[in-house]
Amino acid sequence: MRKEIIYSLKSPYRESLDVTAFNFGAGKKSVAVVGAFRGNEVQQMYVCSQLIQELKKLEKRGEIAEDCKITVIPCVNYYSMNIGKRFWTMDNTDINRMFPGYDLGETTQRIADGVFSALQGYEYGIQLASFYQQGNFLPHVKLMETGFTDAQLMKLFGMEFGIVRTPRPYDTTTLNYNWQIWETKAFSVYTKETDTIDDKSAQIAVQAILRFMSNVGIITKKIHAAYRTEIIYEAGVEQIRTEAGGIFVSCTEIGKTVEDNEILGKIIDPLDGETISVIRADYSGIVYFEYNKPLINENTVCFKIIKD
Amino acid sequence: MIKTVTQAALAVNEKLIIRKNSIKHGSSSKRLCIVTGIHGDELEGQYFAYLLGKHINEHLDCLDGTVEIYPALNPMGIDSITRGIPLFDLDMNRIFPGTKDGTMMETVCSAIIDDIAGADICIDVHSSNIYLRELPQIRISVPTAETLVPYAKMLNIDFIWVHESATVLESTLAHSLNMRGTKTLVVEMGVGMRITKEYCFQLFEGALNLMKNMGMWSGETKPVREPIVSMNGAVGFVNSNAAGIFVPTANFGDCVKKGDHIGDVLNPLTSRVEAEITAVCDGMIFTLREYPIVYGGSLLARILSDTPDEVIKKGGDQQ
Repeated sequence: MRKEIIYSLKSPYRESLDVTAFNFGAGKKSVAVVGAFRGNEVQQMYVCSQLIQELKKLEKRGEIAEDCKITVIPCVNYYSMNIGKRFWTMDNTDINRMFPGYDLGETTQRIADGVFSALQGYEYGIQLASFYQQGNFLPHVKLMETGFTDAQLMKLFGMEFGIVRTPRPYDTTTLNYNWQIWETKAFSVYTKETDTIDDKSAQIAVQAILRFMSNVGIITKKIHAAYRTEIIYEAGVEQIRTEAGGIFVSCTEIGKTVEDNEILGKIIDPLDGETISVIRADYSGIVYFEYNKPLINENTVCFKIIKD
Repeated sequence: MIKTVTQAALAVNEKLIIRKNSIKHGSSSKRLCIVTGIHGDELEGQYFAYLLGKHINEHLDCLDGTVEIYPALNPMGIDSITRGIPLFDLDMNRIFPGTKDGTMMETVCSAIIDDIAGADICIDVHSSNIYLRELPQIRISVPTAETLVPYAKMLNIDFIWVHESATVLESTLAHSLNMRGTKTLVVEMGVGMRITKEYCFQLFEGALNLMKNMGMWSGETKPVREPIVSMNGAVGFVNSNAAGIFVPTANFGDCVKKGDHIGDVLNPLTSRVEAEITAVCDGMIFTLREYPIVYGGSLLARILSDTPDEVIKKGGDQQ
């Protein structure tokens, strides 16, 4: 393993921001894995740290394939992480909305440019991503559909679901989108948590990434199969929104199979405790997202169901 | 008349309500919409909205048509000095046009667009952010320039910046409305978290002039200034390459020559000058950094080049 500072930014009042990569193997740029761009992506950083532990063992045993270089960047924006902010400390901009970056631009454009320069030329790119919505997710792999990456490749992760997203205008400045424009086959791996560490789903993500590396020949160790990944389009996922604001009570959990019209949760009046809304499934399927905060507004996505 | 554009229940005993003041008089179907407050830290539009509404109410006989004022598209943001939407950490001006069956803010954005669409003109008033001070200007993307520049010239602003369009800006209110055929002009002026009365009065006079040109205002108006029209390549960006505190030596609105000393980035710990900042082209400083702490990359100034076709350096803007 070789540590490398891929980008450094001077700060007026803090130690330099040194974005650190961990490199394994040598030769062709085979796969790059990136963790936290946002200060709350603790789980994403943790997954990378656990992946590095596994890769160290594989490297020691000579199980990284010849002419294959693996790069892992666990945390880009640890400045924000250290002070409990989600976005960039100074101007609250999101580094993952600044790609491909610009070396003469604003600070986060420069960070994005520095990171992207180091991430170009890899055959595969994997980002440990997070959602802006508060909640728990069934671990899955996602692909931004640009026409470059074959969605069927998601099956090589062996996760339960591979989800295809049609990009919106604001997606065009993300790492995943730009990776593909620069001809890296890019995927996003989602685990259950973001702000807190969930070891179980973190290990699922680590094994999925190793399985992918094994299936495309970057590591020689065989990783046991898990799921026969079902590829679905995001448009085929049923979003259930609240019809009232109040205290949110879930009556189900992610991964559970539910029937049409089954009660999934309820909204309680926060002042007098009356139930003011009952949330039901519109279709039968598997719960893959569940809101996880006690208070909820009207028209908020509280569950997502992958329809049968 | 105060009307509710859309509303949604918040968790505890409160609703998010988007309101507008719809002022109607006469028989004309002309409609002008004034929107502001998409970013909760941009307050220049608040005073402008007050001035315009007050003046029209006091001279209602001069109005022939409808003026609708939406002072706070992001009321929770303004209330909490938050640029984006509190709770979600989202920039509201990146989720338009929204969807009717989306999340709370997507449905709110969709309702706002539906409400404004069909107006003859919409003016979306921004005030830079807390970091930069801006001369009153209107920003227009190249594809809409031919349609919008004539109206922008009526608004008594200092200059019109025609810039390249970026895909990400397709999520803005202005782009969404322009795509629906509602001519929408984006005004940037002043600085975040403050009100610059002079600029608000300047735009107020411009709005009355626009209304007169639209045939919906017969009241008194003043002559408006002739703005400079600038293409994207003729704007010089001065970004810091050092970290420290920026102390300008030039003033906002100064005309400078390429290489002129316009400020310094200083180190308060070592008392050293980290970088001397110089002008990247001949021209007028129309953007100047207001917030002193800078990193490498922080925008310090923008200079409107004296050479219209000169390509100095490309840069992004944040509506």
